Amino acid sequence: MAKVLMKGNEAIAEAAIQAGCRYFFGYPITPQNEIPAYMAKRLPKIGGTFIQAESEVSAINMVYGAAGAGARAMTSSSSPGISLKQEGISYIAGAELPCMIVNIVRGGPGLGSIQPAQSDYFQATKGGGHGDYHMVVLAPATLQEAVELVMEGFDIADQYRNPVMLLGDGMLGQMMEPVEFSTYEGRNLPPKIWATTGYDGSRERNIINSLYIDPKELEEHVQRIYKKYEEIKKNEVKVESYNCEDAQIIVAAYGTTSRIVKKVIQLGKEEGIAIGLIRPITLWPFPYDEFSKWADREHVKAFLSVEMSMGQMIEDVRLGVEGKKPVHFYGRTGGMVPHPDAILQQIKELRGDI
Amino acid sequence: MAKVFERPKALTDKPFHYCPGCAHGIVHRLVAEVIDELGVQDKTIGVAPVGCAVFAYDYFNCDMHEASHGRAPAVATGIKRVHPDKVVFTYQGDGDLASIGLAEITHAATRGENFTTIFINNAIYGMTGGQMAPTTLLDQVTTTSPYGRSAEREGYPIKMSEMLATLEGACYIARVSVHDIKNITKAKRAIKKAFEMQLEGKGFALVEVLSTCPTNWGMNPIEAFEWLEENMIPYYPLGTFKEVE
Repeated sequence: MAKVLMKGNEAIAEAAIQAGCRYFFGYPITPQNEIPAYMAKRLPKIGGTFIQAESEVSAINMVYGAAGAGARAMTSSSSPGISLKQEGISYIAGAELPCMIVNIVRGGPGLGSIQPAQSDYFQATKGGGHGDYHMVVLAPATLQEAVELVMEGFDIADQYRNPVMLLGDGMLGQMMEPVEFSTYEGRNLPPKIWATTGYDGSRERNIINSLYIDPKELEEHVQRIYKKYEEIKKNEVKVESYNCEDAQIIVAAYGTTSRIVKKVIQLGKEEGIAIGLIRPITLWPFPYDEFSKWADREHVKAFLSVEMSMGQMIEDVRLGVEGKKPVHFYGRTGGMVPHPDAILQQIKELRGDI
Repeated sequence: MAKVFERPKALTDKPFHYCPGCAHGIVHRLVAEVIDELGVQDKTIGVAPVGCAVFAYDYFNCDMHEASHGRAPAVATGIKRVHPDKVVFTYQGDGDLASIGLAEITHAATRGENFTTIFINNAIYGMTGGQMAPTTLLDQVTTTSPYGRSAEREGYPIKMSEMLATLEGACYIARVSVHDIKNITKAKRAIKKAFEMQLEGKGFALVEVLSTCPTNWGMNPIEAFEWLEENMIPYYPLGTFKEVE
């Protein structure tokens, strides 16, 4: 298939369709509205179902039902709406169902703003809802990568029976770039023998459930889920390391922010400053080893976490660096986007300290 | 010897956990008998609620999906849209359906989602220990309306069947009771009708079943059925509120 110029939100929606998703349940919220609109237009024409639910709470529970019934199901929202979905996400993780949840993040807390932000990092990677669980969190930096991660994300969800979140931001959702859909080859996946399809006696009854009233049973259930997480940590970490070989300062950044940092690296080169970038593509599981590896290098003097938040990913960066080198922070929040010159200025000040 | 009475195939052999005298067992049996009579056990998917019937997935002998509190109609929507040829039902209590899940049930009904809801109204939260429900009657004492529900303080009990019957998407809305044999027979007829409507693809069908909670009402089972008849039926009249042709 040839490259087509698409808006981020529409590319994400089309990628889901290409990945075989035929059930989408959404609710209006800016800046992700193009996703449900695209689904509403396309799905009925290809035998799929689009429902504009009465709330985000209801939308995620429709996903819960459809995923339990064995379908590839998806919802999308933006920060305040994702907060409302947390109950459902916890149930989906507890019942071990696959699904795709897209968060086109905007500024918060509260009603916040409608401008791009990365301040939902904690919520996405550390739980969000109640109980012991994780989602796989994918953070694309380009629309092509978003397309590929949506498609692979559905496979990851099915393979591990776990919800997957695509964490974008308002800028990624609203920008336009050329994308190609034929680049992803699907994984070999197990059949969904656990789905509610009707009990005719040829198998055990299928019960989708997260209730284990006996604490011993619940502990065993959660421990089993955590064994699965160990597999995910082993197999699914994705990270890009860019220009780190001679870098004095390594910047940690993901998504849209990482693109700005690449510009900073260019500006640094012009001034003879060696800057590297470690870009986590999976925010959970987080690429701790990559940070640890570069922290061991003599030429690396310090790390700088650059985020569109008050500093959330930096906690994982510190865990990765393990105190071997200092870790600094620069961020803008509330929908403000960091400027390359401002980031470079921070790096220059850091070098002054070294 | 001829067998004259047996457990419906659509019920498992797991003993109910319900309190002595609780009417959930009666209603479970009626739903199971209807599933058997319609011959749809192999294509039925049930959605269990949060509340006393939270373990309904242990009792209904079909594929089951346990929903969070109030969300059963949204979960059922997802299932039915994936499997339009299956029979999908939700089984919900009054706290679940008429309070926390009011938006979900109302919008499933107004969308005309083609599934069946069995709504147990016993005017109290049973599982959590007898708190005031949206259907708790005026003057009724609960742990959270200890002086009796007053219209000024707690507002009025909600009439779900009357409300849902105003919605275009609802095809069958009826209120029944299980306080005596005659009414149990009528209740079964209504439940069967609600499942038949789904099989005919007519839209959303709901049967509200007036039921008892002897434990949290502080009565013995016989007193509880008498209290239901004397107090609930005058406020929640029995009958069919909507039935499309």
